[in-house]
Amino acid sequence: MSATVHDVDRQTAITSLRSKDLLGISDLIPEEITLVLDTADAMKEIASRPIKKVPALRGKTVVNLFFEPSTRTRTSFEIAEKRLSADTLNIAIATSSVVKGETLADTALNLEAMRPDMIVLRHSSSGACHLLSRICRSAIINAGDGMHEHPTQALLDAYTIRERKQRLRGLKVAIVGDLLHSRVLRSNILLLTKMGADVWVCGPPTLMPADIRRFGVTATSSVDAAVKDADVIMLLRIQLERMEGAFFPSLREYFNVFGMTEARLTLARPDVMIMHPGPMNRGVEIASEVADGPYSVILDQVANGVAVRMAVLYLLAGGAEHEEAA
Amino acid sequence: MKRLLKGGRVVDPANRIDGVRDVLIDGDRIARVGADLPADGATVIEIPGGLVVCPGFIDMHVHLREPGQEHKETVATGTAAAVAGGFTAVACMPNTTPVNDDANVTTYILDKAREANLARVYPIGAVSRGSQGELLADIGDLRKAGCVAITDDGHPTKTAMLLRRALEYAGMFGMPVIEHCEDPSLKGDAVAHEGYYAASLGLRGMPGAAEALGVERGILLSELTGSAFHVAHMSARASLRALRKGKDAGVRVTCEVAPHHFTLTDEALAIPVPYDTNTKMNPPLREAADRDALLDGIADGSVDAIATDHAPHHYDEKQVEYDRAPFGIVGLETAVPLSLDRLVHAGRIRLSRLVELLSVNPARILNVAGGTLSEGAPADITILAPDLQVRIDARRLRSRSKNTPFDGWELRGGVAATFVGGRPLFVNAEAVLAMTADVAGAL
Amino acid sequence: MPDSKSAVVMDADRIARTLTRIAHEIVERNKGVEHVALVGIRTRGVYIARRLARTLKQITGDEVPTGALDITLYRDDLMRNPVGPQPVIRRTEIPFSIDNKTILLVDDVLYTGRTTRAALDALIDFGRPKGIQLIVLVDRGHRELPIKADYVGKNLPTNPEESVQVRLQETDGNDEVVLQQEATV
Repeated sequence: MSATVHDVDRQTAITSLRSKDLLGISDLIPEEITLVLDTADAMKEIASRPIKKVPALRGKTVVNLFFEPSTRTRTSFEIAEKRLSADTLNIAIATSSVVKGETLADTALNLEAMRPDMIVLRHSSSGACHLLSRICRSAIINAGDGMHEHPTQALLDAYTIRERKQRLRGLKVAIVGDLLHSRVLRSNILLLTKMGADVWVCGPPTLMPADIRRFGVTATSSVDAAVKDADVIMLLRIQLERMEGAFFPSLREYFNVFGMTEARLTLARPDVMIMHPGPMNRGVEIASEVADGPYSVILDQVANGVAVRMAVLYLLAGGAEHEEAA
Repeated sequence: MKRLLKGGRVVDPANRIDGVRDVLIDGDRIARVGADLPADGATVIEIPGGLVVCPGFIDMHVHLREPGQEHKETVATGTAAAVAGGFTAVACMPNTTPVNDDANVTTYILDKAREANLARVYPIGAVSRGSQGELLADIGDLRKAGCVAITDDGHPTKTAMLLRRALEYAGMFGMPVIEHCEDPSLKGDAVAHEGYYAASLGLRGMPGAAEALGVERGILLSELTGSAFHVAHMSARASLRALRKGKDAGVRVTCEVAPHHFTLTDEALAIPVPYDTNTKMNPPLREAADRDALLDGIADGSVDAIATDHAPHHYDEKQVEYDRAPFGIVGLETAVPLSLDRLVHAGRIRLSRLVELLSVNPARILNVAGGTLSEGAPADITILAPDLQVRIDARRLRSRSKNTPFDGWELRGGVAATFVGGRPLFVNAEAVLAMTADVAGAL
Repeated sequence: MPDSKSAVVMDADRIARTLTRIAHEIVERNKGVEHVALVGIRTRGVYIARRLARTLKQITGDEVPTGALDITLYRDDLMRNPVGPQPVIRRTEIPFSIDNKTILLVDDVLYTGRTTRAALDALIDFGRPKGIQLIVLVDRGHRELPIKADYVGKNLPTNPEESVQVRLQETDGNDEVVLQQEATV
């Protein structure tokens, strides 16, 4: 059942984000996360109108600066920006121009001359957005930086969970996969723990970040323990390169020890939700039967992603209304 | 020319002196140290109250970057930074372009030092040709040209076999082998210390064990060969543990610690400025337990020397993503304030111990003159102002590069003056005036 | 400390009678409610719209479709920092087509006219109505745009230093319209 319209004139604790940028979930407080999710609720409705556009960001320029190729995330941001009537500029930097010697700082300074209002940055180095934020006056949105964070992905995952389960607090969420290298999982862990979920992370010790318990999660290498009574299971794609880095012996072995099979799934709650940002490696992190089964929901990820990104763009562009009479 | 430094507190642990003495300098040598010496034609310099007269400090780990990387630093600018930092001598690392694996490069460096005529420069030569780790460099030639030690610093000596040979060969000349201790496979392409902060920031980490493995290898080979082995920039508590065991077993092993390792921890990567590339160096800033262990080692004598690993990098080179930034920070002009504030004033060690760490021991390890104010010793003198309030200002550093994480730090303790061969090459007017005002006020 | 004097200009009884009167005016002017729909603005406009729908049903026996419109994203004054506590933007719910209908826009207070302007822009994005009429409970004057209400509950001349508070049972617990004098705004 989808969320109902709130008729009460809800006065929330905050109505705007504290920072000029969204660099990571690590900088957000729970109230800000709630603000983004609630705003996304209102934004989602726009997609069902005949004219899927509102003038909120009219006249603002948003640059999508992608140093790593990405169709899904970039498209999602582009749709979100256009729905808010912003002018978008897509810049895809091929690796070769980086090799040629133009640094991120150089690119940023050239961009500044255009005075963009916001820059959406995806980069292969952790902390690239922090560097950009120190150089540019524009609002910076992190669309994925190295192994650090991918905040809008975590926000849209949270939105999807909340839509289905009506809450985040107290849910048992099991995350299985490459926790060491995954920025999506890092952002998800931060967000879910901030919102009071009971987060379990599971993977081989070779793929666990140091001091994982300091992140407020329960770490285990037993999938059964992680999945027991889980409300949500998040699976992440295992990359082939990790096998070559001697993180685990083989994909077959990984599947045997950590793969999500139907048998393992019975340990979870009957109404468990399985999330996988895709693309899936069938037979590696997830069994085919599970991937196609009833628990694995074909989620409205695309629509949710656009709604969440519209919310973030709107809130960072300073779209909050000020006290004004009718 | 004779100069008489009159009435200062002299701290000369090699001669067991800590008290008010006069120091008579004749030409470039110390003529006499004693109480109430007659002026006897010397220019009298009254040492204001509160200042401390010590044998000149020697920084045994400095990257002067010349030849080949003059945009970062030159021998001239580096030695100017040295005397401003209170150092009368520096030992410079061979990872220049070309590498100092050849007498010609050594001679070039020494010529530049002579031209600059500031701090003394003791070149350290490479262990292997090009520091590639295949063939030994012409160590005898390097020795003759003026090198005082050998190292392949920047990375560990490539194989245990090569390190063994280097120890045996260099031992013949009484030269220590200095080692950047590290297991390359454990280090991988890491850019930070493996721990909570690297994990939070999504940075690849290297564990303390990677360094400790290199230390243990070196100690065993030093024992095998009987030659002197020196651990450069030690940072991990596991390394210190291995070092203590080695010393207890009588192995000829020594070590140095850099001020950033006994002051900062990996928390600096996140706070106050996340991903500040001035927190990136190798070995990296480690966790609190490692820093605390180093402080204990400094106090209990396990650590022999403080050396800065002064590694200048141009602003543009550091203004990049953390992954891509080069390792290293400058240190010549921040070492003394950090040491005085965090070691002496913090009550961990006395001034005499600090002089051992910065002067006596470096001279002994490198087998160079210095470390004492004995009669006939070179008149290399560092005058400290232990109560001077110092504010580190990156823009005013004399080094050509300004890559320091200590910009804006308020510290207690600084340098009042630096004499090399009897010549006052640096005088901190502020320190002298401040102290004089204090003394005047007390009267 | 603001020295505020307040006066109740409409009580519950008066509000009820006013809304009934407006309902009759709607029926008369549109000759019934066959192609009419109500869209309330903001929170309070929505409740007023619903009350009107109920009264219209009593009068005519017909259901009048009713929707809710959030105009935040259409405001001409979207700014960085809000001043004072603000409501969060909420969903717009117009679960019917507005094409070829006469839309009755409902708001609690008409002041500068900017909210109405924003509402008109929003509505146009939903379709092409046959016409739009504006219903307000209170018109306090001081228009900044050429906007006029078709149905007015009460004309209330005010000064810019004054503020008009509409309270409704559904949101505030009681029905009343209060005129407040603020020494400092």
